[in-house]
Amino acid sequence: MIRTLEDLREFKIQQEERSRQEKADKQAKILVGMGTCGIAAGAQEVYEAICDELRQQGIEDVVVAQTGCIGFCAQEPLAEVILPDRQVLYGHIDAEKARKIVTDHIAGGQVITEWAVNGGSLLPKEQQAEAEIVNVGDVPFFKTQVRIALKNCGVINPESLGEYIARDGYQSLAKVLTEMTPADVIEEVKKSGLRGRGGGGFSTGMKWEFAHKQPPGQKYIVCNADEGDPGAFMDRSILEGDPHSVVEGMAIGAYAIGANKGYVYCRAEYPIAVKRLNLAISQAKEQGLLGENILGTDFSFDLEVRLGAGAFVCGEETALLASIEGERGEPRLRPPYPAVSGLWGKPTIINNVETFANIAPIIRRGSDWFGSIGSENSKGTKVFALAGEINNIGLAEIPMGTTLREVIFDIGGGIPEGKQFKGAQTGGPSGGCIPAEFLDTPIDYDNLAKLGTIMGSGGLIIMAEDTCMVDLARFFLDFTQEESCGKCPPCRVGTTVMLDMLNRIVEGKGEVEDLEKLKELGENIKAASLCGLGQTAPNPVLSTMRYFWEEYEEHVRDKKCRAGVCTALFQYYIIPEKCKRCGICAKVCPVKCISGDRQTPYVIDQELCIKCGACMEACPFDSIIKQ
Amino acid sequence: MGTCNCKTPWDELNEVIEAHRGQESALIEVLHKAQEIMGYLPRDVQEAIAEGLRVPLNKVYGVVSFYHHFSVEPKGKYQIAVCNGTACYVKGAPAVISSLEEELGIRAGETTQDGKFSLAAVRCLGACSLAPVMTINQKAYGLVDADKAKEIIKQYE
Repeated sequence: MIRTLEDLREFKIQQEERSRQEKADKQAKILVGMGTCGIAAGAQEVYEAICDELRQQGIEDVVVAQTGCIGFCAQEPLAEVILPDRQVLYGHIDAEKARKIVTDHIAGGQVITEWAVNGGSLLPKEQQAEAEIVNVGDVPFFKTQVRIALKNCGVINPESLGEYIARDGYQSLAKVLTEMTPADVIEEVKKSGLRGRGGGGFSTGMKWEFAHKQPPGQKYIVCNADEGDPGAFMDRSILEGDPHSVVEGMAIGAYAIGANKGYVYCRAEYPIAVKRLNLAISQAKEQGLLGENILGTDFSFDLEVRLGAGAFVCGEETALLASIEGERGEPRLRPPYPAVSGLWGKPTIINNVETFANIAPIIRRGSDWFGSIGSENSKGTKVFALAGEINNIGLAEIPMGTTLREVIFDIGGGIPEGKQFKGAQTGGPSGGCIPAEFLDTPIDYDNLAKLGTIMGSGGLIIMAEDTCMVDLARFFLDFTQEESCGKCPPCRVGTTVMLDMLNRIVEGKGEVEDLEKLKELGENIKAASLCGLGQTAPNPVLSTMRYFWEEYEEHVRDKKCRAGVCTALFQYYIIPEKCKRCGICAKVCPVKCISGDRQTPYVIDQELCIKCGACMEACPFDSIIKQ
Repeated sequence: MGTCNCKTPWDELNEVIEAHRGQESALIEVLHKAQEIMGYLPRDVQEAIAEGLRVPLNKVYGVVSFYHHFSVEPKGKYQIAVCNGTACYVKGAPAVISSLEEELGIRAGETTQDGKFSLAAVRCLGACSLAPVMTINQKAYGLVDADKAKEIIKQYE
């Protein structure tokens, strides 16, 4: 039990001693990244193969441990071999490669350079075997990242309280409980400039102050871990990789506002995150870091996980609170804001996972340090989940003010297969699109708002030339329309009508007048909807209209889809001059609509064609185009 | 028969209800557990929960029908979920879904007549580096396409 500050210090020293001992006794440590995507890619098999191979070879002085998401998801499964003199991060491993790593690297002392992410694996084939091993931090993907919220992800075992404490865990909680008043904590968080990382971007310190100023009595603190934005997985990675950082951040927040009870509202779709979070909570309870009279002070705080049940609208704070109360997740009008009247009518503060993960570092290192990172009005870092048409899919934590170009091309490694960058979607279904001309805009809350999009929770989906912006807008509208809770008509009816119009447009049945109507309706839904879901639902449409108006026009006027996505708006053609008359296309065609012979070039019967694209894929001479 | 001490699903369900008797705010938690135990939430299960938690049945149904996660229909033995998040969508999830629909002869959201497969297009699973992703009873398959998806489900037949 950790009952006092002294106990915590003692516990930390013991942990440090233990890891020193481990380093002295063991020649190496192998860390396997076991977040959701690592496991889905086969990390469990890799982990078992490493353990088994070590056993078979009788190697006992190697520690094998799991860690959370290392962040370089495109290279999963990842395993890091840590030796006293250097670290080698192996990517794309499977059980067989894992065994060879044990044989060659651990037993034989030979680094397998061509598999190492910090060696040759990312270089062209012919340079791979010759590549030097560099520091993992110098790999372009990691080089410009500044990790605050992710500082422990991929470093510690997320299921070990000891490892968290060894990396200064719970020191900030100890500091606020013994050296700071709640008002001091709020002042410090305000001064740091931290703004909500869930998307809204409201000052965290000011929000806490509202709840703090409410008369004493029952108050609640809630963590919004209902990461519903498709393509965003930052919060999941933090919960899976460093759950104690969220627990500690929440405890500090609870102390600041005067709450003694907290809830983490987490998506049921994240089973590993839920499991590790529950484990972290029970460890903290066992050690007395949650519960009654924490560290011998008057402060008591209890924490519980509540599961979502698959409703995007529950990411909206008032809907989330209704869901915790066991109700349908329908939002209500604000004010009163939850800071005044939230869970069961009591003052309640709701912050996002990443916001809470920033709290302990701010307290420990000070608001000046935090404020020195980032841009004028957006301090600190932001974690982005890079996904879509980008080489290095993964998590990038960057200082605010970094340009989109740096994120996409330096960290993200650019667009695969030499395709052209077309746009980046931030903020998911509530956000908008940023076209290529703004690649050099520094990313922060204000600049993104100026571009007609939002920071959002950090999803960053990259699109290439073969993405149709009209179809993408339709995809998001389809999402919000289905997720609309139905309480207010502007959102319920409005999104349905917008979706109908977009469906007509992508089917080639749109009229030129539809475009203005679509825009006007979008503006009205924004103005009249009850909650954030409806108020932002038209954003993907309005923002793609703003930057890709000519694509909308082509869809309705010329009935053309330049990206070749909307099947009603393009046809496959065989270029007669390029056709070598091999007949492969006719063979693969599932509806047998291609005819020709050795003498005459093949042609597609457009009446019968189902536009599956099999012929184009199969043609060895690139003689088939879609237009 | 008499020697078997195994609990029936209903015994388990009743234990869960008992542990939350009269706690209206535990409704969603209890529904989660009930679905885990029973596989789905038919009317008699909802009635038992309504009675136990002292919540009107219409409210229980209101909550069940509001959240995607809860189902009033039995699901297939193998539950296929194809991620339709943005990253998967951009990388070709729609083709995966239609190929499975064709292969199984059902639409997304339905279950095959023999009760073997149910197919769902789901919200982001958060494994975007493996896009397009599908899962079958929690086992994930990454980087699938229309043909691969058909191959994968053959392993379950």
